[in-house]
This record gives sequence, structure tokens and C-alpha cells, in this order.
Amino acid sequence: MHLSNGMGSMSTASSSGTWKSGDVVSDQFPAGLRVLVVDDDPTCLMILERMLRTCLYEVTKCNRAESALSLLRENKNGYDIVISDVHMPDMDGFKLLEQVGLEMDLPVIMMSADDGKSVVMKGVTHGACDYLIKPVRIEALKNIWQHVVRKKKNERKDVEQSGSVEEGDRQQKPSEDADYSSSANEGSWKNSKRRKDEEEETDERDDSSTLKKPRVVWSVELHQQFVGAVNQLGIDKAVPKKILELMNVPGLTRENVASHLQKYRLYLRRLSGVSQHQNNLSNPFMSPQEASFGAMSSLNGLDLQTLAVTGQLPAQSLATLQAAGLGRSTGKSGIPMPLVDQRNLFSFENPKQQHMSSSKPMNLLHGVPTTMEAKQLANLHQSAQTLGAANMQVNAHGVQNSSLLMPVPQSQPRGQILNESSGNHVPRHSSSVGQPIISNGMGNGVLGRNGIVDSGRGVGYNPVHQNSSMLNYPLNNSSQLPGNNFTLGSTPVMSSLASKGAFPEDVTSDIKRSSGFMPSYDMFNELQQPKSNEWDLQNVGLTFDVSQHTHSIHGSLDPSVLVHQGFSSSQRGGQSRNPSIVGKTMFSVGEGSHFGNMQNTGHHLNGRIVDNTVRIKAETVPDATSQTSFFHEQYGQDDLMSALLKQQDGLGPAETEFDFDGYSLDNIPV
Amino acid sequence: MEVGQMQRQWVDYTKSLFLEGFLDGQFLQLQQLQDESNPDFVVEVVSLFFEDSEKLLNDLTRALEQPTVDFKRVDAHVHQFKGSSSSIGAQRVKNACIAFRNFCEEKNTEGCVRCVQQVKHEYYLVKSKLETLFALEQQIMAAGGSIPMLELNF
Repeated sequence: MHLSNGMGSMSTASSSGTWKSGDVVSDQFPAGLRVLVVDDDPTCLMILERMLRTCLYEVTKCNRAESALSLLRENKNGYDIVISDVHMPDMDGFKLLEQVGLEMDLPVIMMSADDGKSVVMKGVTHGACDYLIKPVRIEALKNIWQHVVRKKKNERKDVEQSGSVEEGDRQQKPSEDADYSSSANEGSWKNSKRRKDEEEETDERDDSSTLKKPRVVWSVELHQQFVGAVNQLGIDKAVPKKILELMNVPGLTRENVASHLQKYRLYLRRLSGVSQHQNNLSNPFMSPQEASFGAMSSLNGLDLQTLAVTGQLPAQSLATLQAAGLGRSTGKSGIPMPLVDQRNLFSFENPKQQHMSSSKPMNLLHGVPTTMEAKQLANLHQSAQTLGAANMQVNAHGVQNSSLLMPVPQSQPRGQILNESSGNHVPRHSSSVGQPIISNGMGNGVLGRNGIVDSGRGVGYNPVHQNSSMLNYPLNNSSQLPGNNFTLGSTPVMSSLASKGAFPEDVTSDIKRSSGFMPSYDMFNELQQPKSNEWDLQNVGLTFDVSQHTHSIHGSLDPSVLVHQGFSSSQRGGQSRNPSIVGKTMFSVGEGSHFGNMQNTGHHLNGRIVDNTVRIKAETVPDATSQTSFFHEQYGQDDLMSALLKQQDGLGPAETEFDFDGYSLDNIPV
Repeated sequence: MEVGQMQRQWVDYTKSLFLEGFLDGQFLQLQQLQDESNPDFVVEVVSLFFEDSEKLLNDLTRALEQPTVDFKRVDAHVHQFKGSSSSIGAQRVKNACIAFRNFCEEKNTEGCVRCVQQVKHEYYLVKSKLETLFALEQQIMAAGGSIPMLELNF
């Protein structure tokens, strides 16, 4: 790889690199624009470098995507724009595009000899700011500075334009080569020309130098906060202003949030679209595969939770069921792991959820159908921690009490939980869990889907299991939940819960608390119908996650977390958001952490998975209401489900494939 | 031969390459990038292209000789070749690559084998033409002359 820095024979040296900070550079802008060009073809690379130098840009060339990424990472503010080839041997150009967009938030131009519509479209969906067809002409390169300016302008939109400092010199007017559009689109040159003209005006007004805000670096924490806020608001309602308020980060502007949100959405969309692929763009949530996954997980999480919530499904049963569900996934992919992870996830997720118990609905799953990136999962996870702990306890109890929770490898972790929280705590959580469960239940199909979306984020699923124990308590409240078939009734789980004391009361209160509770319940019933599919899907999803889960909790949060989250979110939000919420929430969690990890290769997957999961949820569970800590519920759901399954004669499937048919709520003896 | 004559020869030869389709407007772009500070740009780039192409063509030939042809790989090579040849303006080579890709899509081994032959043929043809052109340029420079600017309208 040949890296070269510095301008060619041109002048500009002084301005190079300081463009951002503005003062001197602006005069010579766009001269000195720092371009990083990546292409594995040495001929093209050489030509491009020469052309860019001729445009008075500062060029660095790379023939490997990985080296480009490290260059960018080493020097985050060292480049203004990246130009990358699409087909590269070591890394797909689009992947690089994504990474750069997420990590560095730089404008990226894609190029290729391939001018097929689908490839260009891919560039668009992945967030490329332009697409050049090879052979690239110098005229096309002369205009690339517009992308940098545009981006900055959008980011600083709010920044008051103090003094349209005349840049006077933004004179390097793009030559009339605007005619030569760089984009693949024929007619686009006109647009570029227009844009250019417009931009020139605003550019001059825009004080690139003094008003320039330092580029915001979206760190893992920041992103987690962002995702959390988005989840809380609900992906549909997440507007930059509100997100900004929720995030409450000093120094962050609405613009920063807006552009990040845009990318995030693209990312989610891409994840859903990619999973299974390719045609999911339009229907991410409904992607059959995803749905199946989601259903699986949701089935577990949702149904179980719902059941649990309604009290009809003994928490234990739910847990069992969930476990079973998970187990099924295991069958597919080794759920046990998820179970454990779930727990963690839960705990992760819920810092706030812990208190969710009774007091607030579990918002584990904000139900933000955003992709549960690892980050999000992590977030969820953390927040769920307390909750999870509570759940754990419950679960543990549940588990212990009822051998329903069979496949729950979690039992071990459960034990731990037991130690952790006090009984009170548990009940509370339970209630919360319960609540979400209901919602979850509703969203079962959805949740399952969400959670389970292909990524087999077993981990995510785990939390679900955890919740199941929590769900136990709701069992007590079965009365509250109308027609909740899930009530496992007999459940030793219930008893165990009962033994916890406070549960019933808590549950009740919790249940009442969660606004969505009842509605969820209804939904739950409704959801029952599609269960079979969902359950299946859920399993799949679980499996998926499990196997794929490479990350820490972040990853694992996915399915179960997702599911739970969805519930929680729905609960909060009010109904029908479950599915989506769940998904979203989950995603958020995952995303939070995930995003941070995104850079690492593994994330991509997780994010993807989460995404799918979320999607499914959103689609299916329109009514998910509260966004309470579904998380817990999810855990519980799994467990409950297993328990439930066990209880039922016909619930054989717990160990076997998650065949929801068997699980259908209807079959569950109340 | 005196410089003026050589220069005229150079111009005619270059024009013929364009007219016969060996080179296209992209080659002109390369020439425009050449200036006093980068006097050998075109030769450098084209040499790089030759070097890279030899490897590529070898890989291509080998890939097609495999018992089970990996068409994706073959297509990737051809795609790359198409990109680099179009970047220097080797039009006929580029066109041959385009045709080649169709056969790759169809997974037609025989068609691909024929195509690779065609691509190689075009490649060697343009290579020798360009080498002739560069030799002429060298002679002009050696004789103290300068390379004329092409006034071709494409």
C-alpha cells in the first residue's frame, strides 16, 4: 500500500488539514480537501491520486480497506472525505462505507466500473453520498468537496450562523464541470450544478471556520444513550429534538443527533434488508425468516410473558416454557447459552428497569424497532441487570420449584440471582416482568420475531428466560388477565412466586400499573393465533443468536432482550407497540453496545440480527403497549413457556423443536 | 528523421489509435494530467497497467483451467480488468471484458475460454500499439522535441 500525503505540485499546503478548523483553509477551499482514496486496483489508484492532486486536494491512497480504516481511526479528524471502490478483495466496499459512516461520520463516495442499478442502489442504502462510475473523469472529482460542505452544513444547521462570515474565497467554484456529474445518474449533473450554486451561497454564509463545531465522535456510550433515547421514544416518534432532550448531553446539537439518526435508520434498514436478505428492505419486519425467528423468540418471550403477566401462566411455567423455547432454540442452536446470557442481558438492560418493578413498566424493550445493536443490548443488559437479577431470582425460584424450566441452563445463573435480590425485589420485577409479558404475549409472534430474528441472538433471548421467572408472579394475578390461557395454573412456579411474597401484590399493582397490561393481555390472546409460527420463529431466532452471539452480553441481548424489550416498550407506550417496541428496545440495547462494537466485525452481525428481530416485532405486535421492562418478562417468558410447556401434557415440544403449535396458548391449561 | 516529422508521425499515429477504437477519451484525460511536474505520468500509469494486467490475465487463465470453474472469481477478475482498462482508455479491451462478463453470468465455460482469448488478443494489441507510441515519444524527446498536444474532440 502506498500512502502518500501532501499535495502534489500544488500550493495549498497551508490550508490542507486545517480545513476544519477553518481559518486559513477556507480561503482556498476546496483546495486542501483531505481525501482518502481506497482501491485495490493500482492503475486506478494512481490515476485517481493524480486527478485529485490536480484538483488541489490532499490525497492519501490505500489499496486495502483495512488499512484505510486504521488510517481513519488513527487520525479521526485527518480526512474530510473518503472515496472507495466497491469491489475489493479484503473487504466489501459497502462494509467499509458503513464503518466509516458509523465511526467517523465522514462522507463516502463509492465508485465502480459496475453501473448496475442494484449496485448503485446499494450505495444509496448504505449511505454513500455519491457513486462514481469508472472510469472516473477529473471533472467528477472536482465537485466532491460539495459533499463535505453539505454534510457539515447539515450538522451545523442549528448552529447559529453567526456572521455569515464571508468566506469570500470559497471561490474555487466547482467548475462548470458540474455538468459532468459524478453520480451514475445521467441527469444528476444538473442537480449537482444547482446544488453547487446554492451551496456556494450558503457556504459563504456559513462560516466554516469559526462556526465549525468539532466533529462529534459517537462513542459507544454516546451511542448507547442515543439508542436508549430512540427506543424510549419509539423509532417512529424519535425526532432529533426529543432525542437530544432525552440524551441530555451537553454540547450535542440537534444536528448531530439528526445526522446520526439518519445513519442509524439507514443502518437498521440495511440490517433488516440484508438479513435474509435482500428483499427485506421493504418489509423488514415481516421478513419471513425474520418473522420466524422473531416468532420464535417472541413466542417465547411474548407468550410466556403475557401468560405470566396474566398470571395464568405460572411464572414458572412461563419460565419453563421460555426455557423450553430457548431450549428449542438450543436444539437449533444451543440456546442454553442464551439463557444464561439473557440473564445477563437483563441485568444489563435494566438499570432502570430494576426499579421498574412495579413502579414502572419495564422498559427493557423500548420496543424501538431499531436494530438491537450490540450496544443496545448492552444497554438493555445493563439496565436489565437489576431487573434481571430480580428476575433471576424469580426464575431461580421458578426453576427450582418447578422443574418446568427444563432447558433452562439458566438455572445455574438463576441460582445466582437468587442470591442477589431479595424477594421483594423479585416480586417487583416480576410484576414488571409480568406486565411486559402480557404485552409481550401479545406481541408474541411479534416479539418472538423480533427477538429471534435471524441473528439467533440467543443471548438476547436469554433475558427472556430470566423474565420468565419473574413472570411467575403474574401468575398470581391471573385473574387480572382475562382469558389468559397461559396461566399455567398449577404451577409450582406460581407457588414459588407466591412464596416470594409480595409478588401477588406487586404483581397486581404492577399489572395495574402497566397501562398496557390489560390491553396487552388482549393482544396476547390475539397473538396466540399466530403463535405457532411465531414460536417457531422464535426458536429459530434464538438459535440463531445463540450461535452467533459472539459478543458479550451485547450480543446476547438480542433475541430475548428484544422480545422483552418490545414488551416493555409497548407497555409503556401503550399498546400495540409491543412488537415493534420490543424489537426496538432490544435493538437499542444491543445497539448501544453493539454500535460501539460495530467497528469490530462481529457487530455487524449482531446489529443485523437485532435489526431483524426488531423488525419483526414491530410488525407483528402493533399493540405492544408498555415498554416496561419487558426484558424481564422476556426472560420469564422463556422460562414460563418452558414451564408451561412442561405442565401441559402436550407440551412436549419444549424439548423438541419449538413447535409453537404445541405451545399455543390455547392449549395451555389454565 | 527530424523532430517535426516525428511529431507529425506521432500525431497521426495517436489519431489512428482513437479512430480505430483502441483508445478512447479516457486516454486523453490521462494526457491532460501530464504536465511539467509530471512529465511521465502517462507512461507510468500505462506501465502499471501492463504489469497489473499480466498478473490478472494469468489468474484468469488459471481460473478457467480449473476442473470446476469458479465463475464468481473469474467474474471478479474480469470486472477488475474492465475497471483498469477503462481507466486508461483501452476501449477495445474494456469492451471485450464486458462481453466476457456476460458469459461468466451464464456460467458458460466454453464461452469464457473464448472470451479470455479475445481479451488477451485485444490486450496485446493495444499494448504493442502503446509501446510503439511511447517509443516514438522517446525519440522525439531525445531529438529535443516535445510531445504535441492532441486536439481531439471526443
